[in-house]
Order: sequence, then structure tokens, then C-alpha cells
Amino acid sequence: MAKKLAIIASKGTLDWAYPPFILASTAAALDYEVQIFFTFYGLTLLKKEIDAQISPLGNPAMPMPVPMPNLVQMLPGMESMATMMMKQKMKDKGVASLPELRDLCQEAGVKMIACQMTVDLFDFKKEDFIEGIEYGGAATFFEFAGEADVSLFI
Amino acid sequence: MNVDKELDARGLNCPLPILRVKKTLAEMSGGQVLKVVATDSGSVKDFQAFCRQTGNELLDSSEGNGEYTFFMKKKV
Repeated sequence: MAKKLAIIASKGTLDWAYPPFILASTAAALDYEVQIFFTFYGLTLLKKEIDAQISPLGNPAMPMPVPMPNLVQMLPGMESMATMMMKQKMKDKGVASLPELRDLCQEAGVKMIACQMTVDLFDFKKEDFIEGIEYGGAATFFEFAGEADVSLFI
Repeated sequence: MNVDKELDARGLNCPLPILRVKKTLAEMSGGQVLKVVATDSGSVKDFQAFCRQTGNELLDSSEGNGEYTFFMKKKV
């Protein structure tokens, strides 16, 4: 019987968006059965257009070309600049884009579940999200995670 | 070595080489040999791990000029 990987994706920034999709697609390639449960900010990763940004603010470990105090990082436009630079770097290094990884997950049969409570909480609409996903709650997650060999909260 | 199919995974980074290999192997028949060329230095360990977990056989892996070449035999 195939091994099972259960992931909770709870964050929606560019950096935190990668681990769920990288691990899910790779596990699927290793013949795991995979489910990702998207909740809170992670839910934005299921939108048709992924608008994940990265913020250097409050993230002292983020490698910067020049040292930059928080006071500078909070200026308008810094976030979009950091996002642009990170995306360019990823492209240069042959790192897949998020939509590409998400497509690969779907092709490989990774099941994606949107947290219904968060959808209601944020007033998201089903038409905002990609096709082929399901909607459910915590009990839905546990039905699969209870049998999983690996469970991750990201 | 007798090669049935070749995959160019140069310039791709984790996890794309593994995903491409998986997809390519799915189009091949058991016992056939796939040659892969990659530039991701992490792919050396990753392909070993991939083969151990999926039952495909890693026949050979080598390095030269910053490129890594692998020969994999699809499981029957």
C-alpha cells in the first residue's frame, strides 16, 4: 500500500509557500498518496493567481545584498522590491515558480483541500480558487492524516 | 551503455529534476534505460534516494564539467 503524506499549509508568503508544494510534488513522485489542507493564509495559495509576497521585515535571517535596518525595510515599496528580487533569483537558479509547482502537484494527483471555515472567515469565493480542489474542515483532514505516515504543519 | 531515452534536466533545481524523471519513466516500459543530465549538485543524493524508494535501478552516476550524468533502469 502506498505511503501517505499529510500537510497543513497555513502560510501565504512567497518563502513559506514553497515547502508544501515542493514536498507534496516530490512525495507524489515517490509514489506517496498526498493531501494538503490549506488553512488561514495558506488558503491564498489556492487562488487562481498566486500573489505571494516576501517581506524582509522582522526576518533577520533573510540574506540581503546590503545590510538594511528595519526602519528602511518598512518604507513603501520595499516589500514588492524584495519580492521581485527573490523571484528573479529563483528564476536564475532554475527554481520552479509556484504556479508551476502547483500544476505539477495537481498533475501528480495531490489532493488539495481548502479549509471551509477560513474561506467563510475571509469572505473568499469559490470562483477565486483553482479547479479540482475540495472543501472541508478539521475532521476531513484527520480522516486522511490519521492514517498518514508523515504529517507536517507548515 | 544502451540508452532508450534521454532527459535534459540541466538548469533545473530541486525538485524539478526528480519530477521530470518520474514523468519520463512513466512513459517508458520496464527494463528500459533512461539517461539523465543535470546541473543540480543535490541531484546526486536525490536520485540515489529516488531509486531506493521507487525500486528503479541506478546503474551509474558520474560527474564532469559541473554536469551530473545518471543512468537509470526502470523497474519491471
